Amino acid sequence: MAILSKDESQAILKKVLSFSTADECEATLSGSNGGNVRSARNAISTSGAVDNVSLGVEARFGKRSGVATCNEFDDATLRRCVQRAEEIARLAPESPEYMPLLGPQTYVAAPKSFAAATAGITPDFRATQIGKTMKICDEKKVTSAAFLNDEAGFVAKRNNKGLEAYQQYSNVEFSITVRTPDGTGSGYATADFIDAAAFDAGKLTLTAAEKAANSRNAKAIEPGKYTVILEPAALVANSDASLMAALMGALDARNADEGRSFLSKKGGGNRKGEKLFDERVTIYSDPANAEIASLTFAGDGRPQKKMTWIEKGVVKNLYTSQFWAKKAGIPDIPRPGGWIMEGGTQSVQDMIKGTAKGILVTRLWYIRPVDPQTLLYTGLTRDGTFYIENGKIKHPVKNFRFNESPIIMLNNLEAIGKPVRVNGNLVPPLKIRDFTFTSLSDAV
Amino acid sequence: MTDDFIASYCCYLTSKPFTFQTPITLKRRDFMGLTGLAAGGLLLPSVPSLGGMLVDPEQLLEVMDPALKKRLADAALNAAKAAGASYADVRIGRYLNQYVFTREKQVQNITSTESLGAGVRALVNGAWGFASTNIVTEAGIAAAASSAVAIAKANQKVQKQPVQLAPQRGYGEVSWKTPIEKNAFEVPVKEKVELLLAANAKALENGANYINSALFQVNEQKYFASTDGSYIDQDVHRIWPTFTVTAIDKATGKFRSREAMSAAMGLGYEYLTPRASEKIAGPAGTTVVGYRQRYDILADAAQAAKHAKEKLTAKSVVPGKYDLVLDPAHLGLTIHESVGHPTELDRVLGYEANFAGTSFATLDWKAKNIPYGSKQVNIVADKLQPGSLGAVGYDDEGVKTKEWDLIKEGKLVNYQKIRDQAHMVGQQESDGCCYSQSWQDVQFQRMPNVSLKPGNAKLSVDEMISKVDKGIFISGAGSYSIDQQRYNFQFGGQVFYAIEKGKITNMIEDVAYQANTQEFWNSCAGSCDQSNYQLMGTFFDGKGQPSQSSAVSHGSSTTRFNGVNVINTARKIG
Repeated sequence: MAILSKDESQAILKKVLSFSTADECEATLSGSNGGNVRSARNAISTSGAVDNVSLGVEARFGKRSGVATCNEFDDATLRRCVQRAEEIARLAPESPEYMPLLGPQTYVAAPKSFAAATAGITPDFRATQIGKTMKICDEKKVTSAAFLNDEAGFVAKRNNKGLEAYQQYSNVEFSITVRTPDGTGSGYATADFIDAAAFDAGKLTLTAAEKAANSRNAKAIEPGKYTVILEPAALVANSDASLMAALMGALDARNADEGRSFLSKKGGGNRKGEKLFDERVTIYSDPANAEIASLTFAGDGRPQKKMTWIEKGVVKNLYTSQFWAKKAGIPDIPRPGGWIMEGGTQSVQDMIKGTAKGILVTRLWYIRPVDPQTLLYTGLTRDGTFYIENGKIKHPVKNFRFNESPIIMLNNLEAIGKPVRVNGNLVPPLKIRDFTFTSLSDAV
Repeated sequence: MTDDFIASYCCYLTSKPFTFQTPITLKRRDFMGLTGLAAGGLLLPSVPSLGGMLVDPEQLLEVMDPALKKRLADAALNAAKAAGASYADVRIGRYLNQYVFTREKQVQNITSTESLGAGVRALVNGAWGFASTNIVTEAGIAAAASSAVAIAKANQKVQKQPVQLAPQRGYGEVSWKTPIEKNAFEVPVKEKVELLLAANAKALENGANYINSALFQVNEQKYFASTDGSYIDQDVHRIWPTFTVTAIDKATGKFRSREAMSAAMGLGYEYLTPRASEKIAGPAGTTVVGYRQRYDILADAAQAAKHAKEKLTAKSVVPGKYDLVLDPAHLGLTIHESVGHPTELDRVLGYEANFAGTSFATLDWKAKNIPYGSKQVNIVADKLQPGSLGAVGYDDEGVKTKEWDLIKEGKLVNYQKIRDQAHMVGQQESDGCCYSQSWQDVQFQRMPNVSLKPGNAKLSVDEMISKVDKGIFISGAGSYSIDQQRYNFQFGGQVFYAIEKGKITNMIEDVAYQANTQEFWNSCAGSCDQSNYQLMGTFFDGKGQPSQSSAVSHGSSTTRFNGVNVINTARKIG
């Protein structure tokens, strides 16, 4: 029952609202079907399935609010859930940041956020895909560890002020680490899609296996400042913090206005409108983009629209809560879903060809904030780091620890490649000069 | 940063679950989390792995009758055996959480959740199968047992080597409870809110511009039964009060934060009643205070504000080699990353290769007898220490918990392992460190408490510092990062003081140290004595795909490391 239609879900939500005696009431129904399979040492290690629908009800009396949830939908349960939300609301303190629920909204259409092929994934499909990776790795006498996770679902909202929203979505995500038997080579590949029809575990396995073979017996070179080509998976990660997500996660207006952000201005206010990056840096979000279509409404019901965040190096917009938008008198823009960094047409291979001396980075790992003042982050290269000379990969190099800020990085831009999807965003490979590696690691 | 105040440490993981969470793919769980927390127009991010249905706080005081749980458990075990399982276990769990979030003078969110269900694991012809259900009836739980057997049979077809389970005796009907003095769920929410707001007021009075504070409370009511004949009823309690204080210099645009010096603990609400004997004064010349089994949130919030302000004008460190004196609130995280994770046997063998990675401390490496650390380094694993997050009577596969050595006089002597791993290193029994974050996730090997033993000789922090010519004293856990085989790491802290010629001189800033695990532990020049011993802990140790969170503590006394490379983390941006 996990993916309810618009009519089915709105029927439940209408019933929920009919049970409410609160001043304001909003209900959100969401559900998904999905599953996962994990392998290690060329064998399946765990597998699981998820099938769940749940309802959240927020009731408000004046500035007091309460939330309750349930996952059964008979009349008695729905009624109890509404009552519980109302009881919790009556006991809650008044919120000094109260904002009324939104009325009717207009949302853009994003039909591509859902693919039937993903919703139709079976345990057999997962086993077949992971089986392909294990077979390739057995043949190549390398060891693989992989993870495949898929989900298809819906979100529906309705409130007693007239707001109504519904959308379906899907996502399939795969990652694989391949290691050579002598333990000196390791390679990685990852991809995610809305539509499982575009997914091929075998192709990604070959990429990871090639990186593993080529990264054997890496040479140590001195840490320092290097020109680097950062592949998209080095800029955004599926399962870790990342330099670009750190930047996009720091565009909050309130933090900037309160003086605790890299966007805070000396003496007060924020740096919106200032040119802080190379003029080739343009980042926007668009929930209707076919490749990364995402929800066209935010958790609180505000519309997600096409929005420019950074244009030609200038900070154009900051996101905010409704409360802060009203208090600060600034545009009321929700935090986006996925985002798109504009790029060019060059592939990573093209970028290598155009590089006299540099380092190709497959991936960065264990990325953590060091100083929020400058967005300085640390972390390490992993699973395929190579020295480039005269347009060619010369040899693998030992992994490095970096200490770098995405702000500095996006000012030291040499070239931008063709964007690809990573974790629901479109991210181009970037060539960066003077990227700071501070020490060597023996890790493979 | 507003939402960025819950530190979390891991195998890799759950980085600041708040601000740095990538807001990207559409996941129902995240969306619901945001909706649930959006009350009052505030958008607070979701807390990982503390899920469940939102309930009235009163419901957190209810318990299930053990006789009913036994009946349900037998239904599962009988169904599994009837379907062909050679071994089966069932975990019937009620996972209860309450969290309270505030900032400055206001409450941001109060959430109470309950998650009830059962997970059944079955071994059939040497293959595992697992299934879970939230239908906690004899029929529902028996159905889950049957699907666990069906999954085991399916997995058996592609299994290359059969599971070998270390023998385990049944304990009959036994129970264990965290020895708490006051159940946090019995304390009215109002009282908790008032305490956090009072702490916020202390910080603001002492010059802070902002403070975010939170109180996390957890109760795991777990019933474990297995075909070995164990029926184990456990009532596990944990608590974590924490905050981040921020001070801002508007003229220069500089801002600095200081996090709470509290630890996540396996204690009840009594942790929040200060006791003088549980405070440990930091070195002379600092204003640092450590907390053992009791915490003083008001005093710490006031001190944090002063520290944050002082950090705004503290001298920036000159990079170079320093002797480091690391306090327990700091060192716990370094132990976690550089000893705790590399000695997990599943990591060592490659089962986590696609996520947090593997380990340098392989079986081959261990056989070479290379020193992990200096002779002063003695590191033990345990699930027993009172007040620790790891403390339970039995683990999540029915093994009585214990203490064992990992590193003895600098040499790696053992790993962390569970029933199906013991044979891989020729051991006859599990170490008792199996855990699952909920009834709906399968249990697997998780880090027990991993602690550095205090020095045997009497040694105070001041005596230790008096011998340091050029050093830095670091208190509290800050930034943290380590590679996928646990060689190269970098750690920050909360407050830093320069040591010159045996004395603390002044606060410094922008400090992080980079080292290699083996070089670092080999530079260990000894620890203060037992009187300085203290636990640090986290709720958010992440491992596995899909990732599960686990709570773990790390004990140590203040310890000296010689000649460690310190970098300056200050940068200039346009």
